[in-house]
Amino acid sequence: MVITERSHAAAPRDLAAPAIAIRDLTVAYRETPVLWDIDLDIPAGTLTAIIGPNGAGKSTLIKAALGLVPAAAGSVEIFVRPYDEQRLRVGYVPQRGSVDWDFPTNALDVVLMGTYGRLGWIRRPGRAEREVAMRCLDQVGMADFARRQISQLSGGQQQRVFLARALAQDADLYIMDEPFAGVDATTERAIVDLLRVLQARGKTVVCVHHDLESAPDYFDWLVLLNVRVMAAGPFAETFTPENLARTYGGRISLLSRLAEELEGRA
Amino acid sequence: MSSEIAVPLTGVLVASACALLGNFLILRRMAMMADAISHAILPGLVAGYVLAHGPNLLAGFLGAVLAAAITVTAVQALERTRRVDGGAAIGIVFPAMFALGTVLVTSQFADVHLDADAILFGNIEFVAFDTLTIGERDLGPRSIWVMSALCLINVLFVGLFTKELKLTTFDAGLAAALGFSPVLVHYALMLVLSVTAVGAFSAVGAVLVVALVIVPAATAYLLTERLALMIPLSVAFGAAAALIGYRAAIAWDTSIAGAMVSATGALFGLALLGAPRQGLIARAWRTRRQRATIASQMLAVHLFNHESGPERDEESRVAHLREGLRWSPQRTGLAIAGATRRGWVDRDNGRLVLTARGRQAAEQVVAR
Repeated sequence: MVITERSHAAAPRDLAAPAIAIRDLTVAYRETPVLWDIDLDIPAGTLTAIIGPNGAGKSTLIKAALGLVPAAAGSVEIFVRPYDEQRLRVGYVPQRGSVDWDFPTNALDVVLMGTYGRLGWIRRPGRAEREVAMRCLDQVGMADFARRQISQLSGGQQQRVFLARALAQDADLYIMDEPFAGVDATTERAIVDLLRVLQARGKTVVCVHHDLESAPDYFDWLVLLNVRVMAAGPFAETFTPENLARTYGGRISLLSRLAEELEGRA
Repeated sequence: MSSEIAVPLTGVLVASACALLGNFLILRRMAMMADAISHAILPGLVAGYVLAHGPNLLAGFLGAVLAAAITVTAVQALERTRRVDGGAAIGIVFPAMFALGTVLVTSQFADVHLDADAILFGNIEFVAFDTLTIGERDLGPRSIWVMSALCLINVLFVGLFTKELKLTTFDAGLAAALGFSPVLVHYALMLVLSVTAVGAFSAVGAVLVVALVIVPAATAYLLTERLALMIPLSVAFGAAAALIGYRAAIAWDTSIAGAMVSATGALFGLALLGAPRQGLIARAWRTRRQRATIASQMLAVHLFNHESGPERDEESRVAHLREGLRWSPQRTGLAIAGATRRGWVDRDNGRLVLTARGRQAAEQVVAR
């Protein structure tokens, strides 16, 4: 399955620049900062995991990158420009639980929503958009479910529909909020394969991730977050017991288990 | 135009305009905003009339829309304090606005012809007598013109912005990320709803508007799982309720607005009972069938578990099933009948014996 190349390929000079550059970003909910003074570069072409304990601000960080929550201070640039100017180059996969799956529509229609950004206001999706959406569904192994009511899909299938929708956005940078959360083995494999394909095509993928055990197999860049950036860099160098201990604080049992595992890998 | 045409036609137009918007209120789980707005426009309407020294249509509209905007903003501001939830915020704001309206109406300064009955229940009976005239020409009932315009506005709004309404309703996060401001769409929807509410207000009154907005869309939602079908269905239900209500009101010589709204309720009730998938009858039927299947399966598993032990004879007596499993005689009967029909059990001197197929079925159930 081949997806047609973008007509307006990214300018090569972009690729040297970071996909996401965050400077001095502080985000506050109701006057309480949930992210303090974030400085972060995520290089283009990486598969990046954002990892940290509950309440670390992982989702908030990506929402700030997408302009969905206002910054109390600082700035975010996507391929060296403000997000507003780069909307069409960013694909977004929200948490599956953030939407109402009883909405009266089918899988194909949800994937079509990925094409809305390029269509702009008022223009409706036509045959070309439907073909794109079908191809994207096919890419995640969901072509047979195109006409299926979304409430009748399993959790994993719903997640793959969300991924297909992001593919339909035909972006250079994909930002995903916990795509692996609560999915079946088939879906997990489908997502991993998809991440590899995207990277091979020169795309950048940033995922909020919660599973420390699988992370080393899936990602090549790591951001450890707990309200502040605790560590960031190439995965193997950054995924150290010391960094994890600093990020997760006093959760010794989990950490000692991981430390053993890391030593086992070494 | 005679009342026999003007009244039902106004009803159909009002109901259609309301139902169109109702779809999105239902899906956004903000049905009660329709109630809030239909009540809250009263002070604006009256203030407009007072300032224009008479029931001026445009002044009334502008005042009403302003009052609706204040209501929507105030409800959102209250919700944002997180000290009151959405329902309570609506409950705080709209009675205050409505009360202000009633104070204005009954004050000696307001020299406007709005009586309590018209506010509460509308005056669709008399639409034929309030005609629009330009110069010498009689253009027919004013309500037909106004409601046709509102219908057209709503058809255009929902038609042009289906995609935006759908996206902001289903996934506000993605909508915002793609540049379709959910806030803008929300306020646009509220604006169109308030304009519609003003028109519907004069026909059916403040209390009943919410029914025309919500009930036909809720009825359509029971019958389809496709938004593209839900929207036209809701309009059809709204229009049908208006016509049925009109005929019923004439036949029984009763309130037309009341009968129309009752008709929306009757149609909803029918759909709630009879909808093919979501209807209560279909659900009860499914539950019953499922329960019977499970009872037969439990029976098969029970027999299977005790098949090889020394307790077999005791455990498989029909009488024991009632005591041991604590099943009622009816349930025991149902389970045995179901299992027998499926060819899972045979009877042997008051004992039940699993057949080969019954054993297979039990193994399958347990294996899952």
